Amino acid sequence: MDKKPEDIKVILATDCGSTTTKAILIMLVDGEYRLVVRGEAPTTVETPFEDVTMGALNAITEVEELAGRKLVADNVIMRPVEGDSGCDIYISTSSAGGGLQMMVAGVVKSMTAKSAEHAALGAGAIVMDAIASNDKRLPHEQIERIRQLRPDMILLSGGIDGGTVSHVVELAELISAADPKPRLGIGYQLPVIYAGNIDARESVNGILERKVDLRIVDNIRPVLEEENLKPAREMIHDLFMEHVMAQAPGYKKLMSWADAPIMPTPGAVGAIMKKVADEEGIQVLGVDIGGATTDVFSVFKNPSYDSFKPEHESENPVTIFNRTVSANLGMSYSISNVFKEAGLPNIMRWVPFDMDEVILRNQVKNKMVRPTTIPQAMSTLIFEQALAREALRLAFIQHCNFATTLKGIQKQRSISDAFEQVDSDTIVDLMGLDILIGSGGVLSHAPRRNQATMLLLDAFQPHGFTQLAVDSIFMMPQLGVLASIHPKAATEVFHKDCLIYLGTSISPAGKSKIGSSIGDYRIETEDGQVHKGELLFGDMLRFDLPVGKTAKVAFNPSRSFNIGAGFGKKVEKTVYGGTVGLVLDGRGRPIFIPEDKELRVDLLTKWLLALDVYPESALIKE
Amino acid sequence: MGHIYTPGLKVTEYTKVIKRRILPLKGNVIAKVGDKMKPADIIARADLPGNVDQVNVANLLGCDPEDLQYFVRIKEGEQVKEGQMIAKNKGLLGTGLFKTSINAPFDGSIEAISKITGNILFRATPIPIVTTAYLEGDITEIIPEEGAIVEANASFIQGIFGIGGERFGIIKIITADTKGDLTADMIDESHRGKILVCGRRVTAGGFRKAMEMGVEAIIAGGIDDRDLREILGYDIGVAITGSEDVVTALVTTEGFGDIPMAQKSFDLLKKYEGRAASVNGATQIRAGVIRPEIVISQPAPPKGFVAPTEKTLGLRIGSQVRVIRYPHFGKIGEVTALPPELRVLESESKARVLEVVFGDGSTAVVPRANIETIENF
Repeated sequence: MDKKPEDIKVILATDCGSTTTKAILIMLVDGEYRLVVRGEAPTTVETPFEDVTMGALNAITEVEELAGRKLVADNVIMRPVEGDSGCDIYISTSSAGGGLQMMVAGVVKSMTAKSAEHAALGAGAIVMDAIASNDKRLPHEQIERIRQLRPDMILLSGGIDGGTVSHVVELAELISAADPKPRLGIGYQLPVIYAGNIDARESVNGILERKVDLRIVDNIRPVLEEENLKPAREMIHDLFMEHVMAQAPGYKKLMSWADAPIMPTPGAVGAIMKKVADEEGIQVLGVDIGGATTDVFSVFKNPSYDSFKPEHESENPVTIFNRTVSANLGMSYSISNVFKEAGLPNIMRWVPFDMDEVILRNQVKNKMVRPTTIPQAMSTLIFEQALAREALRLAFIQHCNFATTLKGIQKQRSISDAFEQVDSDTIVDLMGLDILIGSGGVLSHAPRRNQATMLLLDAFQPHGFTQLAVDSIFMMPQLGVLASIHPKAATEVFHKDCLIYLGTSISPAGKSKIGSSIGDYRIETEDGQVHKGELLFGDMLRFDLPVGKTAKVAFNPSRSFNIGAGFGKKVEKTVYGGTVGLVLDGRGRPIFIPEDKELRVDLLTKWLLALDVYPESALIKE
Repeated sequence: MGHIYTPGLKVTEYTKVIKRRILPLKGNVIAKVGDKMKPADIIARADLPGNVDQVNVANLLGCDPEDLQYFVRIKEGEQVKEGQMIAKNKGLLGTGLFKTSINAPFDGSIEAISKITGNILFRATPIPIVTTAYLEGDITEIIPEEGAIVEANASFIQGIFGIGGERFGIIKIITADTKGDLTADMIDESHRGKILVCGRRVTAGGFRKAMEMGVEAIIAGGIDDRDLREILGYDIGVAITGSEDVVTALVTTEGFGDIPMAQKSFDLLKKYEGRAASVNGATQIRAGVIRPEIVISQPAPPKGFVAPTEKTLGLRIGSQVRVIRYPHFGKIGEVTALPPELRVLESESKARVLEVVFGDGSTAVVPRANIETIENF
């Protein structure tokens, strides 16, 4: 793309999802970039259409009609702008046809195999399996697995530079023996990226070059203390364009239209999140809960960052981006798996009344086989949102266990570390988290925004001060690609049109007895209104604070609670409003849910009423 | 936009069923264009590459990988028999004492000998596999080295969820109407090899007895998820089925719970009681949806038969619909109004709705997303 950013005034972007293609039109209005309209149409990758551009053009046609601006002529996108028609650039992302499916391999499961997984997930792939020399499967089982999977590509890593050669070569031998075939297209060789020990390159090349399309990039883990993911990620994107996309019907045409390389949808979402987090120096956690999968993205500070050394993307990064895909946690196709994984008692703890197990089981399965249905009755909505909490919670646990500091580095551990129950290596810092962003139908289209707020609070349990938001129409993918060519436009639209701010939660961490004091609060709004009081354990309070408004909050916790500065230490902060406002969450962390059923239902009802989550008539039965 | 089309499950007395029957890998196609096939007739054969086993021979012999060549008695690509000696060392300090020899783990060939890792890769002899016709029909096209297209005029019923793969058998109606459930006491030895049709729900006991008696398949209105779990021994998390280890396949036409089969499906199956049918329980509810099915091969449709088109299937006032979500789940009725504007539901969601009158005269407002049209035949 040879256009200068300042010359770009009209941007057209699409995201070709597996079921729907979404188009958005962004324009420079009064000196700032804003979303003008959006349109959507069914994706046309499968028979009888078999041409992705048809769905894209249909979605763009809807944008044309809504915006009153001609964008397509003779089935071609009009560029550049001429008067009131055309656009300056066109960009697209894609997850149609099941997205990018990869297999990764490494020598040690928790080290090089995990680094390979980081690279693949960060590039937007679904990791079907990670094969490692120490994963306890026998070689013939590993070979059988590779043969069954039929991935779009394989990322082979292993060994630090100068380290083991034989283990890496052994992995190459396994791949060679399996002789894997790509998922799409019979006529081409499976792409395999080698990003391992530099000393094993020649041997790996000798084993694999005749069987697969082998690409060699820099080692993903050149030394134990460092992950160098960029070269592998870039190669994944190149091969995604060259091989995977080129095999999908109509993509060659779509690629020829686009002014920037087409990115896998989740890779683009990660890109915009990292951009915003880095630009504003904040820690971000995002979740996209779909019908089949749940993606969790996070940007947290690098605990090993050395401020005395120069900042470097792989050697000394300031922040670390992580993405996980929970392949079978979702709200329609995978809803039955959420039920299975979470178990009925965990789901029912979020439901303030009794429901019959046989009926619930049947309801869940019926939703699985008819995934497009919507809850009509309030009780169905409450149950479905309880399932959503569990899907989000489980996906978040997977994310915390994945987003860790690099394994394999020698560390000094104190006695107290040894007694900690949780994986202390996780870099997810719920107290330091600045903003939590939810996306996906169950959050973005919840009938009340208060429901999305409660779902995020219950599933992620943020500590301290956390801003909450939902992605209104899931345009983060398009903004992710836009960020690569016009960062200003991407971040402006991200803040002004993409996010719907729900408000801020203030959640002291700690435990106590119901009714005992957690601390004193003082809230002062811009117009001088002051709310003062004491937050009691087991209470939830909500204060109106509209979108765009701020308030000064002082919270002085008791000795057993921490609000960010340490136990018993006061914090003063400016907080941001939203459609729900300001929430004081006095349920402790982890959230206190009584074992006793009657007490649990009473407390749950009280919390749901305090936040106006459901109508009173649905919660209080005569 | 002419009309709204809400796809339902296909239930039709006459249609052309076309199946692409291919091998999972390249092989030999036996069938020819014009061949008349029975369900179990073979269309194509192939040899699936045998399993692979890897043995680190260098480690076992106590030599360096690069020295392996001096001890190995076979070459890459050579055939070996189970127990055949393939490598041997010279014993302790070359004295011939305590010699170690390595034998082939199974019949097959030597895939690779690695000088870097010291591994020898054995590949077992190929496993023969076949693809059958599945339908009673004609071969209309050969796909070279892969398989063929089989076509048949047939009655075709799509189910909503099933388990087990392809089965063939004679249809036997086991309940008098769509109010009856299938229980263990209703099944006996005479049902071996049959496809049993039950009007409402199949119970866990009924299904277990059917497996015991060698029933080929059960077609039912519904099944309780709890019973399904009991039958399989595990919970189904994601709806990708077909490879369950069950003797009897299952096709439910309506879903989970105590739901009667749509009268039209039941009547169609009843009409063809005693006829042979092909049944497949395989279900996949993600991209490239696969629904379970029942196919009863037929002669050409009678004169004057008009196949339903998308236009006749469109959702309109008077259309027959089935509600597919609580609180009216499973009820069948007729559309009385299609208001264009969004309505607020009890759950406070806004959605496009329709008004429906059920068989008992009661009425309801239902989101359009929560209904399926019932296709006429």
